[in-house]
Amino acid sequence: MSITPPNIILHAADVHKNFGGLRALSDIDLQVEEGKTHAIIGPNGAGKSTLLNVIIGRIPPSSGAVIFDGTVLTGKAPYEINQLGISRVFQTPEIFPDLPVLHNVMAPAFARRDGAFRVNMLRSVGSEHEIREEAEAILDDIGLHGRREHHAGSLSRGDKRRLELAMCLIQRPRLLLLDEPTAGMSRHDTNTTIELLRKIKSSGMTKVIIEHDMHVVFSLADRISVLAQGRIIASGLPQEIKEDPRVQEAYLGGGVE
Amino acid sequence: MFSLSRKDLVALAVFSVVVLTMPIWLAPLGASYPGLMQKFAIYAIFAIGFNILFGLTGYLSFGHAAFLGVGSYTTVWAFKLLSMDVLPAMVFAVIVSGVFALVIGYFSLRRTGIYFSILTLAFAQMSYSLAYSVLTPITNGETGLLLARNDPRYLDAIFGAQADVAGLPQPTLIGNSVSGYTGFYLCAVILILAFYLSQKIFASPFGMALRGIKSNQTRMNYTGFNTRPYTLAAFVISGMFAGLAGALLSITDPLAGAERMKWTESGNVVLMTILGGVGTLFGPVIGAWLIKYFENIFSAINTNMLNNAFSFLPDGVQGFVVTVLSKFVGEGWQLTLGLMFVLIVVFLPGGLVEGFHRFMARLRRRKEAPERVSSTQPAE
Repeated sequence: MSITPPNIILHAADVHKNFGGLRALSDIDLQVEEGKTHAIIGPNGAGKSTLLNVIIGRIPPSSGAVIFDGTVLTGKAPYEINQLGISRVFQTPEIFPDLPVLHNVMAPAFARRDGAFRVNMLRSVGSEHEIREEAEAILDDIGLHGRREHHAGSLSRGDKRRLELAMCLIQRPRLLLLDEPTAGMSRHDTNTTIELLRKIKSSGMTKVIIEHDMHVVFSLADRISVLAQGRIIASGLPQEIKEDPRVQEAYLGGGVE
Repeated sequence: MFSLSRKDLVALAVFSVVVLTMPIWLAPLGASYPGLMQKFAIYAIFAIGFNILFGLTGYLSFGHAAFLGVGSYTTVWAFKLLSMDVLPAMVFAVIVSGVFALVIGYFSLRRTGIYFSILTLAFAQMSYSLAYSVLTPITNGETGLLLARNDPRYLDAIFGAQADVAGLPQPTLIGNSVSGYTGFYLCAVILILAFYLSQKIFASPFGMALRGIKSNQTRMNYTGFNTRPYTLAAFVISGMFAGLAGALLSITDPLAGAERMKWTESGNVVLMTILGGVGTLFGPVIGAWLIKYFENIFSAINTNMLNNAFSFLPDGVQGFVVTVLSKFVGEGWQLTLGLMFVLIVVFLPGGLVEGFHRFMARLRRRKEAPERVSSTQPAE
């Protein structure tokens, strides 16, 4: 098999996934370079979400393995994968609806600092000034600082998505997985989110992003892989993908713009 | 490390005053005798502990009476084997019920939702049946575990305490008898400590993680929290609170019977917590007091007392009122409690504490409203 070059942080090697008789993923070989934003695009049902779920350990691959920075992720529990430095934004935002917005952002910071389990009953959340300041700064960035005391369940859908992104960012992950981060957002919200993702792009965080919206993909991605019927049919720089006739046939329907 | 936020500190101060002045404010309610006030304190501890599991993590245990029973039995055994002093008895009761909770929790917490509840219920009923049958050498079956004059009490024997007292030995706290008001104040102080501990847990990152599990377990896992040890820790802590409550039951009345493990007892603590307010600090305490008050005072009201209370009414009306009301008091106290429970769950899902918050919010609004009117008038 292919040898992983040193600057490849995530490598899905020879991954297959069958659901009963259905081949959801076949021969997947995906390499993500450190510090880059790697977009995975493809028509509905191409297997994009399945691939993401295999990477994050939500579903095990039928064969093959996912390697993150020299560690095999396959078979690890979601919390272990997160502790290695991988955070994920879901397609439908997974937040803590019953907790205040501020605590939504602080909780992941505790997981980063204290590890997967720690009984610290004698400390108090109120006296954790460092984490609180960090959380407030991030809430300021995403424009939710004014609503930090509200219950997260009361936020609008777009705000929930941004909150979830903030919950991932406070963990300072080495790899951030985004599953259609702008789906269902208004144009304005989409542009704000792109701006936010651009801002963190410069911080050297690696990102894998699944997206339908070509505007989002071409404004963010350094590399693009195209998935169709469970296979990667093309991989390369945005310009190459745009001009690839196979991609145009399979997905873009003959024209990009 | 032991500090509280200002808001919690005020709550603790208010709570302490309320608990310690029970003999005063319960007097007009006819409940100011030590035996009942002890029960108020003990069941409040039980409910506070239960709330740490149910209120914070959302895992509904239907078997917490098992830990109450284990605490009771352990205490009586500590009295029999070690010493009549209550301190070692309480320490052992907490440890043993904690170990018990660790085992039951380890298996039960492999499932969530209704399956978790059923597993805890199964374990508790198993303990209850065992206490009646196979474990009779330890639990003394139906008779219940009692003290005897000729128990070894090795620790007391070493120190030569209580060697030749007439009758059954009584529990002591460093040499002082814990009957009557001393017993109540012992329970009251432990209740205040339990309340303080629950405040610390509520305010800690640990408590925040438990709330996160209740709110969204998936997000907790993908955020890097290993949720199982968190829920197990909450389960063990609440089991220890229950064990401590069981110990106090045996301290104030030194015998232990299997009926303390019965499922109705487990159900009672669920009712207490829901009635008062799940996941709130004061809720479980209020719920526990209310239910114990109904059980002991309301159930003692009889037709004669009702006749006296309504003697100012004309004869026919008096007879009618008394006949109707008598269905709700005395033996019918559970009817009143049941109706109250239904009304609260339907109209105040957050329990009495939520009702109180709504009431305060309405008062505040009413107070603000006139000011607004006066400030808009000059503009007109």
